[in-house]
Amino acid sequence: MLGFILRRLALIVPTFIGVTLLAFALIHLIPGDPVENISGERGMDPARRARLLHEFGLDRPLAVQYASYVGQVLHGDLGSSLTTHDSVAHEFATLFPATVELATFALLFAVLVGVPAGVLAAVKRNTFADYAVMGVSLTGYSMPIFWWALLLILFFSVQLGWTPVSGRIAVEYDIPAVTGFMLVDTLRAGDMAAFRSAVSHLILPTIALGTIPLAVIARMTRSAMLEVLREDYVRAARARGLPRWRVIVVHALRNASIPVITVVGLQVGLLLSGAILTETIFSWPGVGNWLIHGVQSRDYPVVQGGILLIAALVISVNLVVDLLYGVANPRIRHA
Amino acid sequence: MRETSAPHPNPLSAARGEGAPSRFGEFWRAYAQNRGAVAGLLIVGALIALAIGADVIAPHPPHEQYREFTLAPPVWHAGGSLRFILGTDPVGRDILSRLIHGTRLSLLIGAISVAISLTLGAVLGLVAGYFRGLVDTAIMRMMDVMLALPSLLLAIAVVAILGPGLVNAMYAIAIVLLPHYVRLTRAAVLAEAPREYVTSSRIAGAGALRLMFATILPNCAAPLIVQATLGFSNAILDAAALGFLGLGAQPPTPEWGSMLASALEFIQRAPWVVTFPGLAILVTVLAFNLMGDGLRDALDPKLRRSTA
Amino acid sequence: MNELVVIEDLHVDFGTRARPLPAVEGLDLSIGEGEIVGLVGESGSGKSVTALALMNLVDFPGRVRVRRMSFAGRDLARIPDRERRALAGRDIAMIFQDPLGSLDPCYTVGYQLGEAIGLHGHADERVSAAARRERALALLREVEIADPAARLSAFPHQLSGGMAQRVMIAIAIAGRPRLLIADEPTTALDVTVQAQVLALLMRLRRERGMALLLITHDLAVVAETADRVVVMYAGQVMETGAVPTIFDAPLHPYTQALLDALPEHNLDRARLRTIAGVVPGAHDRPSGCLLAPRCAFAVDRCVAERPGIGAFGDATVRCHFPLGAR
Repeated sequence: MLGFILRRLALIVPTFIGVTLLAFALIHLIPGDPVENISGERGMDPARRARLLHEFGLDRPLAVQYASYVGQVLHGDLGSSLTTHDSVAHEFATLFPATVELATFALLFAVLVGVPAGVLAAVKRNTFADYAVMGVSLTGYSMPIFWWALLLILFFSVQLGWTPVSGRIAVEYDIPAVTGFMLVDTLRAGDMAAFRSAVSHLILPTIALGTIPLAVIARMTRSAMLEVLREDYVRAARARGLPRWRVIVVHALRNASIPVITVVGLQVGLLLSGAILTETIFSWPGVGNWLIHGVQSRDYPVVQGGILLIAALVISVNLVVDLLYGVANPRIRHA
Repeated sequence: MRETSAPHPNPLSAARGEGAPSRFGEFWRAYAQNRGAVAGLLIVGALIALAIGADVIAPHPPHEQYREFTLAPPVWHAGGSLRFILGTDPVGRDILSRLIHGTRLSLLIGAISVAISLTLGAVLGLVAGYFRGLVDTAIMRMMDVMLALPSLLLAIAVVAILGPGLVNAMYAIAIVLLPHYVRLTRAAVLAEAPREYVTSSRIAGAGALRLMFATILPNCAAPLIVQATLGFSNAILDAAALGFLGLGAQPPTPEWGSMLASALEFIQRAPWVVTFPGLAILVTVLAFNLMGDGLRDALDPKLRRSTA
Repeated sequence: MNELVVIEDLHVDFGTRARPLPAVEGLDLSIGEGEIVGLVGESGSGKSVTALALMNLVDFPGRVRVRRMSFAGRDLARIPDRERRALAGRDIAMIFQDPLGSLDPCYTVGYQLGEAIGLHGHADERVSAAARRERALALLREVEIADPAARLSAFPHQLSGGMAQRVMIAIAIAGRPRLLIADEPTTALDVTVQAQVLALLMRLRRERGMALLLITHDLAVVAETADRVVVMYAGQVMETGAVPTIFDAPLHPYTQALLDALPEHNLDRARLRTIAGVVPGAHDRPSGCLLAPRCAFAVDRCVAERPGIGAFGDATVRCHFPLGAR
């Protein structure tokens, strides 16, 4: 098992290096003067520019610049935002929990609804239930996520008034951010009204963000289950007289979960893409929103740092998924 | 045992008549079994027709602003009129006309992005799969890096470098789609290269280029075609997302995503500004997805999902 | 002889109602208490489907019709589904051709064995995890697996084919079944292992008084082990009879042809005798005798009229001109 883990770790090192290269290259590929881009100052006099050039190390050879960049990154220094002058790393760390909270609930929603839906569709193949599940999921991943979010707001917030339109929590609550996870922090503060407010603010963004992963997971579960249900060991399990639910859940689903886990893992990348759009619509204070504002306001340190960190995140999650896959599938473990 | 009597003529061969049915005929029959796929094809056909005839079909020019009729509701609301069937947007432009012209844009974006990506991806995949070794590793590592980024993030990075705009958005989307085609082609090449027909071609003196493009590539065509169709839907969704974020098509271009960009503030007053552009995206993407699924089921029986 | 299983006029059709593809047509079968019946035929003869029908494992689009399918006096076709499911694994057990494929790859041998014990074992065997483990070890020892404790924690992909088949048998007998259906139990195994597994099945049957329905295409296997043989072709029963009579003096031309094709009966020839032609497919089933297109003795009557089953003492045969009657 340890060998398996180490082998997987070794594989991602080149990818990490590639990502840092990309982030590094970003600054130099952006049109305009790198000094202006990094400092945010325009129309400097030549003396100041020369001084900043030297300060930023832009007069050194590219390879040296890259090495120094990597060194900085490993120390946690990703520069400062041009708009807030706050450290990029610090801003990311502050805003990150909001995105994680949203993404986690969206993924939970997608799995808890998608997997049973897929199982239902497979077990009741070619009936109305099957067509309904497949039709809904096809529609689900054919929709632009931001439009779906707008529709949800239109229906639930504007027409029905059930849920709030934006934000993480009602404005009147000021909860000290201990973990950064609103649900946890409100509970810690013992403020139940604030907790309920946080929950209600979480509902629509979760549904909006989780819909596409839900659709993909439902489809994947259905097709994996259909494959598995045809297998000899499922027939043998039925021949042994095992009750139907046991055959479906303990045996079929367990085996079907192997490709499903892979798909669930792949959703993380999708979730982060979707989070960017969802956070924009719901004014959710997470890293997606932060990144977009950075791009729109040409805050290049933010763009560079954000891309690097998010990419690193996705790689790490894919690694965890790979490891989970090894746990789920004993054959891989011993290979 | 005594000699058996002459074997009965195979009744099947008598019925076949002229000869085996054409490959396209077989393919069409398999494809047409899937009603959703046929529906998708019809919708795409209608969209193409709409795109080509946009100038003639649309009731109004897409950029024309009717200042007295800003935020006019659709015809079935109180205050709506047949003049603006789906209503107007905040500056008085007819939504229906903008949607129709947007069809042309979306289909173009999809076609160009996919074409660029597919061509480049197929070439890279062929090269990587055929030559193996260092070239293969280098290309695949690059693809891994690109795949490590969520697609929208990568697109945003590219647009950050190139600047906002429709054309740059197309390049960005092409780059985002690229790794999928490279991987696909490479996997197909790896599967086909050891086969006998390739070896016999090589023995007959075919050079690397000829082997790659004339011999191997046609046999990898099927999965590429399926991915291209599904890539269309991704391209349209990504273009819309970029447009929505203000990083793609710029106003006043009637791109569906950018039409939604400022919609949030009008969501209470004029929900039709929000609903229709998104609906257009949904229908188009759905149609391409249905087509792509149908193509996949029809072209590769091994991948055939369990329908019917 | 007590009849444990009586099947009368079984039909299993696939395809659509408009165009049915018969897999089993008008089959009659009986198995006595403790009897070994060999069900023999080429692939596509419908022998496996018959077993699946008995076990209620024929899925859509297959359709099962039967006049009577009784087990220990109860008509399986008439009792509620729940009761019928209760029989599977407990009174009737089945093992399949591919033992490695028939075990769930994600769970250990011990888990899967424990599942069967927990469901079908006696109360004292089910009562605790320790008791189940004890019983599991006992079962593994009974199927002659060395070092059973180590095997309990093994995953299926870590077992050899022969060992996996023994595990399958252990799981099958956990419920002390009165009938064990073995569908091609040795086909996927090495020749040396085949003999061991067959000997194991014989021994278990002797010790437990279990009836055995042995489904195979290998006549040699059946000749050594079975009490009675049922020969199937293209979904129909062609001949039934006791061993060794049926091999010494087969009544049906098909049975004769099968025997003729055995290597042991071809020692004096340069080439094996074969049966010319192919099994009828879905759409070219003859309206007369199903074997007529391939039968050396076929005459006009055979092509025109499908023969019914006729009795010849203890044996039955479906032929207008049975061999023994010449």
